[in-house]
Amino acid sequence: MTTSTVHVHELTKVYKVAEREAGMAAALRSLVRRKTEDVRAVDGISFDLAPGEVVGFLGPNGAGKTTTLKMLSGLLHPTAGEATVLGFTPARRERDFLRQITLVMGQRNQLVWDIPAIDSFELNRAVYRLPAADYQDTLHELTELLDLGPLLKKPVRNLSLGERMKCEIAAALLHRPQVVFLDEPTIGLDVTMQRRIRAFFADYNRRFGATILLTSHYMNDVEALCRRVIVIHEGKLLFDGDLAALLQRFSSHKTIVVQLETCPEKLDGYGEVVSCEDGLVTLRVPKAETSRTTARLLADLPVIDLTVEDPPIEEVIERVFAQEAE
Amino acid sequence: MTGLAGVYQQQMKTSFAAMLQYRAALVIWLISQVLDPVIYLIVWSTVTAASGGEVGGYTRGDFAAYFLVLMLVNNITYSWIMHEYEYRVREGTLSAALLRPVHPIHADIADNLSSKMISTPMMLAVAVGLGFVFRPTVHLVPWALAAFVPAVALAFVLRFLIEWTLALAAFWTTRVSALNQTYYVALLFLSGQVAPLALFPGFVQAIGLALPFRWMISFPVELLLGNLTPAQALIGFAAQVAWIAIGLVLVRLAWRAGVRQYSAVGA
Repeated sequence: MTTSTVHVHELTKVYKVAEREAGMAAALRSLVRRKTEDVRAVDGISFDLAPGEVVGFLGPNGAGKTTTLKMLSGLLHPTAGEATVLGFTPARRERDFLRQITLVMGQRNQLVWDIPAIDSFELNRAVYRLPAADYQDTLHELTELLDLGPLLKKPVRNLSLGERMKCEIAAALLHRPQVVFLDEPTIGLDVTMQRRIRAFFADYNRRFGATILLTSHYMNDVEALCRRVIVIHEGKLLFDGDLAALLQRFSSHKTIVVQLETCPEKLDGYGEVVSCEDGLVTLRVPKAETSRTTARLLADLPVIDLTVEDPPIEEVIERVFAQEAE
Repeated sequence: MTGLAGVYQQQMKTSFAAMLQYRAALVIWLISQVLDPVIYLIVWSTVTAASGGEVGGYTRGDFAAYFLVLMLVNNITYSWIMHEYEYRVREGTLSAALLRPVHPIHADIADNLSSKMISTPMMLAVAVGLGFVFRPTVHLVPWALAAFVPAVALAFVLRFLIEWTLALAAFWTTRVSALNQTYYVALLFLSGQVAPLALFPGFVQAIGLALPFRWMISFPVELLLGNLTPAQALIGFAAQVAWIAIGLVLVRLAWRAGVRQYSAVGA
């Protein structure tokens, strides 16, 4: 596909990790002969991202998400396979490529610690050779969207984690990258700040038509931003498609929440009781049984209120990984 | 300003701002830069006094002049990059640098230049002050004085390139301090920091001619003090230029290999 912004084909990354057994003898042996083990962090994954797409990249810790993002932004050389971003081979780290992408990592420090963020922004202006007018426009927009006004002139070390993260994000986007790789952009932030940053990226995507690939531990991030998700586990691609389809395919159960007067003694016959507090019962039932169980509940019990819900996306994802492990 | 000049301008502004945040650290660093040559100066003054006023043709005044100029040249050519790279690799700040569309060496050059702009006038004042205490013998030769400026500039470039190259060892090992220690010992003796190279045995001087250390510190000092003939000065410049050429090749090769290593094992 030539129209893809990001094209990944059979991409593989193998790390060589030194290993030795515990103990003195093993330590001495390792002096002479190093034993290394191959760890396949990313194992032949393929996908394409269309221009302007926002895609969630999911998987448990160690699944290979960060490794993939680093390969796509040119920090890591693939062991095998192919990756192109905007037609460039990332590992070559050409300037025209670097000017059009960004990688935001939750713990990354590109701001100079001891001086106000605005000075680091100015440095980026020079590094990315941004025309003064463009820079001012973008800065103005980012300041507004992220509410940076009062933060820009304080030394970065005096900012809170969330404030610093907002400034990091702004610094990473001053050059208006066409492709944005986000690795846990909301990690460690409170709920309000997470929501704000999510809204910001949705807006950024709309305004500039940027392509965004996002990893996050917070499913809210993914639900709010991404229609499509790519799920990887132990370096292999498990799922690539609509978030709704993922839920459809992997959620074998539904959740029925029933409001009763009190918690009855026996509910086991209806499904798995997840909780019951003050008459509010949460039941987990097989998807196929949902309507029958609902009818039975309404017929048998003095129901005040009843809702049927999809299980939380976290639970579905967990199930995906659990199934794979079996 | 656009282009690389703009990057330098902004980077230097940033460096100034960051440096001024740590005025106390700056002063402590300056003291350490002053202490070393002053200690050697006192030792040699004592030795000179004990051996009847002269050691190898150097009087107390000559030693004073030598070590005070050495202090200035060392300050101008000094870099701290070898201590920093390990941290950059380990803490991942190098990844941030690699994502930028400009070679990371430029930030270090700019950072170095701006710090020298602050420290050199201060060092000059310290040197003048110490001059009143140690009474250096100075006999300036006009051509040597003129040649001193490019010699210091080339010495800075050479030392920076060599140290930047060595700093890249951090890509391969997490224990760079052993390498750094070896380098600093060689530098201490072969760049004339312990004593003027003229006082060393002939074979050490011969080694000194062949290695880059002398051309990084001692050469401009000898030149300014009028210890060199025009022919020796020309040899010195030739050696500096040759070593800079070698340094440029080394820094390129080491950088390429280093980044390849970094991006192979996990950035």
